Amino acid sequence: MDYNFHWRPVLKALPELLEASLLTLQVAAISIVFGIVMGLGLSLIRLHMTGPVKWLASAWVELARNTPALFQLFFFGFGLGSFGLHLSPYMIVLLALSFNNAGYLAENFRGGFGAVPETQFRASRSLGMTAFQAYTRIVIPQVLRIVYLPITNQMVWAVLISSLGMLVGFRELSGETQFFASKTFRIFEYFAVTAVIYYVIVKLILGASRLLAVRLFRY
Amino acid sequence: MQPTATFFSGFTLNDLWFLGEAALKSLWISILAIAFGSAMGVVFGWLLSVSHRAGALTLAPVLDVFRSVPLIIQLVLFFNFAPMIGLRLNPFEAGLIVLIVYTSANVATVAQAGIEAVGGPMRRAARSLGMSYWQDMRYVVWPIGLRAVFPAWIGVALGVMKDSALVSVLGYVELLKASQILITRTQETFLILAIAGAFYFALSYPISHYAARLEKRWTQ
Repeated sequence: MDYNFHWRPVLKALPELLEASLLTLQVAAISIVFGIVMGLGLSLIRLHMTGPVKWLASAWVELARNTPALFQLFFFGFGLGSFGLHLSPYMIVLLALSFNNAGYLAENFRGGFGAVPETQFRASRSLGMTAFQAYTRIVIPQVLRIVYLPITNQMVWAVLISSLGMLVGFRELSGETQFFASKTFRIFEYFAVTAVIYYVIVKLILGASRLLAVRLFRY
Repeated sequence: MQPTATFFSGFTLNDLWFLGEAALKSLWISILAIAFGSAMGVVFGWLLSVSHRAGALTLAPVLDVFRSVPLIIQLVLFFNFAPMIGLRLNPFEAGLIVLIVYTSANVATVAQAGIEAVGGPMRRAARSLGMSYWQDMRYVVWPIGLRAVFPAWIGVALGVMKDSALVSVLGYVELLKASQILITRTQETFLILAIAGAFYFALSYPISHYAARLEKRWTQ
């Protein structure tokens, strides 16, 4: 093995890499919030509606789950571009991630709604709650508890997929790494450090979600 | 309207052939990765299930790394690392090796769950009927455990099939890379992306629904 590792340029770029990892976290977090809201909507539509609206929701869920994330990213990047809709790299990644998260989470929510007994809804209705109140106060809190772990996993997944942003010119952690790596040709060193940063981010998310679970689900 | 020279040419039947060939390449690298990765993953899962403390301290953290670092980073790292130790790998080989390890890391947890899904009393009963350890593994743990985690394994396999699209970053011309090449030439972005997406969808959708049906039937 006659390769000289040069770690100094990587260490010099470390502040930029860490800043870019904040961007990774940001886009993943926003996309998860969107994903939860849209996923809830999609699963409710699929459970309660019929006709073209349900058909569209099902198409969304199945497309998100059965095509590569990279394909979805290209679609939001170049596919929409062919209709004259040119998005910034940030928006491309955010939309593609939200689309993907919503599709996966919708299936989890569907399972969650199935796990809350129908009688609870009826009981809350007969206590005088409106259907909306029954949903937001009785059913959805329980569903969120059931899907808490899947949401955590999806958050990790969103961080991992956001790395594809470098292929559409988004300067998040991977994009920034590639930018520096191509300036110095220290590809291995840069990506090794980035791999460590990703690992730490994933562990932080899992640790934080465990702490939050203790706080949220005390009873 | 002035006549202009054009660098672009329309989408032809030949291009469809090119896409089909690329799709076969995608399929081939996925099948290889899933086959070898699953075999390795089952061994890892077995190791994790038999050596709880030692496995949790050594093997589990290593496998965890492959699940916590984006696949694209793993691909770039390995592709640049291999020449340092004197390995001359083409994009296909490098991509396949990374995919196999990635698959095995994901299958390991599934396999471990499958082995642990078989109750202790059942295994002791098998052993007290005179079965050897491996007979117990082969005729008791394998069929029951497989049943418990088969849908999960399908999920992992389909995930690898979709993630194989990332090998394109190394320059391997699989389906998504081929579609990008065609898009550059024909400027028919939407059509070509739709064809590529349809291929993945046509492969993944029936299998995932089959797995969901199996799961429903088996949990009843």
